[in-house]
Amino acid sequence: MAIFLNENTKVIVQGMTGSEGTKHTRRMLASGTKIVGGVTPGKGGQVVDIDGHQLPVFNTVAEAMSATGANASVVFVPPKFAKAAVIDAIDAAMPLVVVITEGIPVHDSASFYAYSASKGTTRIIGPNCPGLISPGKSNIGIIPADITGAGPIGLVSKSGTLTYQMMYELRDIGFSTAVGIGGDPVIGTTHIDCLRAFQDDPETTAIVMIGEIGGDAEERAAAFIAEYVTKPVVGYVAGFTAPEGKTMGHAGAIVSGSSGTAQGKQDALEAAGVKVGKTPSETAQLLRDILGR
Amino acid sequence: MDLFEYQARDLFEKHGVPVLAAAIATTADEAEAAATKIGGKVVVKAQVKVGGRGKAGGVKLAENPADAREKAAAILGMDIKGHEVRTVMIAAAAPIESEYYLAILLDRSNRTFLVMASVSGGMDIEEVAHTAPEKLAKIPVSAVDGISLAKATEIVAAANFPSDVADQVAQVLLKLWEVFQSEDATLVEVNPLVKTKDGKVIALDGKITLDDNAEFRQPGHEALVDHAATNALEAAAKAKNLNYVKLDGEVGIIGNGAGLVMSTLDVVAYAGQKHGGVRPANFLDIGGGASAQIMADGLSIILGDKDVKSVFVNVFGGITACDAVADGIVQALELLGDKATKPIVVRLDGNNVVEGRAILAKAAHPLIEQADTMDGAANRAAELAAK
Repeated sequence: MAIFLNENTKVIVQGMTGSEGTKHTRRMLASGTKIVGGVTPGKGGQVVDIDGHQLPVFNTVAEAMSATGANASVVFVPPKFAKAAVIDAIDAAMPLVVVITEGIPVHDSASFYAYSASKGTTRIIGPNCPGLISPGKSNIGIIPADITGAGPIGLVSKSGTLTYQMMYELRDIGFSTAVGIGGDPVIGTTHIDCLRAFQDDPETTAIVMIGEIGGDAEERAAAFIAEYVTKPVVGYVAGFTAPEGKTMGHAGAIVSGSSGTAQGKQDALEAAGVKVGKTPSETAQLLRDILGR
Repeated sequence: MDLFEYQARDLFEKHGVPVLAAAIATTADEAEAAATKIGGKVVVKAQVKVGGRGKAGGVKLAENPADAREKAAAILGMDIKGHEVRTVMIAAAAPIESEYYLAILLDRSNRTFLVMASVSGGMDIEEVAHTAPEKLAKIPVSAVDGISLAKATEIVAAANFPSDVADQVAQVLLKLWEVFQSEDATLVEVNPLVKTKDGKVIALDGKITLDDNAEFRQPGHEALVDHAATNALEAAAKAKNLNYVKLDGEVGIIGNGAGLVMSTLDVVAYAGQKHGGVRPANFLDIGGGASAQIMADGLSIILGDKDVKSVFVNVFGGITACDAVADGIVQALELLGDKATKPIVVRLDGNNVVEGRAILAKAAHPLIEQADTMDGAANRAAELAAK
């Protein structure tokens, strides 16, 4: 099982011929991901050799899908071209599109999210995210594959490096799927989408949810947990020391007034029965206590 | 990036939103000259990026140029909620009959754009939103479809604008959408939008927030940056393309990834409670490709902060290799030489951690201490800063 991504997922890389795309295609192949080709407009017909894998390049996602049977795409194209790339994938009704690109203008991400919502056939993860990994099965994006293996924990996080840190803290137990949903103001897949999928996934027995200041996604997730999730959930929220009105790297991590503060998020999660750790390691310990390991 | 009122006014004018004649002044002389040019009664308005300036005495009506000079002299240099007034805007005064409110913004929660509109605009709009939410119409706007004339008309009707101004307000809304979209704004707010005694609808005051991610296609926005307000260390970091925010504590922080660095600040503040209440001195994210040069740039900025007493380098190597980070730290200290005087606690984990730790061990630099865990490192860095 796992969520969104398994050993049968066939992946194309949008922007595979660029330097970032090539670098990460190599890493994904090394971790066992079934990469079946790439898309770069204007370079269709080429075949790229990456570590002995002969990967065909297509002009459009639709062509790539019909030739390879791909059912997921990962986007490494620069911000300037990211919107066109995602729209291309949505037009092809690609079921899963993982947007790694950082720095996409929010008018572009709001636009491609609205477009995907109107079509109803594409799940977008990101943008500005590390992607997702179902350890031992498949890995889409830039999460290191060697931190830990398969196990019963589901992880959803706004932050990439905190995802790695938490996987490392719990490396002896392992993960069904870890999803980095990204920290931008508009993202395609939310904490709630992942919590629902983990609740419905028989391989996942406990969930770690990592949030950070900004927006109200964690507060909404807390309400959803109270209503829908019966599996144990532990939480961690970053940004207690962030001053008001200062952006801390993620475009989304900005606090305006009292909404979106770390304390507000912790309070909402605890009110929903979620145990919240003060540090990543304390959060990992809370999960160990629940699992008895 | 938040704009000053006068910058918002200029963008309104550029896109055809009706505004009054205005000019900026940084001295009383300039204020008098501006008032003379505009003619008649003028309003002298403090330019600060904070709300509540009217109630703080930062907005005054002036009867004539001499009066404008006097009012400007009083307002310039004023401190409004920690913001020093360095510029005033001199604007033509208008006889106001009604005050309305219009805003277009990004609605993060619903992942769409939103128009807010009210016929009860003015200084107390937040109070209205709170106590009489039915007086503030909130209409979602699709990022694909935007605001057409039909949509604008629908919004104006939903907010109950009187029929004598409805067409004008709809036109203003169309122009504001043009500002919002073509300038890559995340907020465009007009408060108040007024009806003058002669029946004209005019944007009297405005706020605009621009999306920094859109810099690559908005070459004109660089000129809107308020360099005078930027902290010197932050400016130096920006010149090196580093993501740095100055804070008020003693423990310098360097890490990779915004989430991990934010978490590092929290863990240091938490550990600091046991060490005299020391706090993080900054946020610094060196990002994914932490080369020796980036590490050197980062360390030199942090070590240049006189408030810093110890440094905590917290790296989890995902794509970043720990040996490259370790090389970077060693080379940075070589480059900095005698300028590096503060203890540095380093915690490395992840990609190539064994090699990275070995490089630091071999270098045996007297300022560097290694720690095995993030919590342990935070505790040690806080302890060193408290000494």
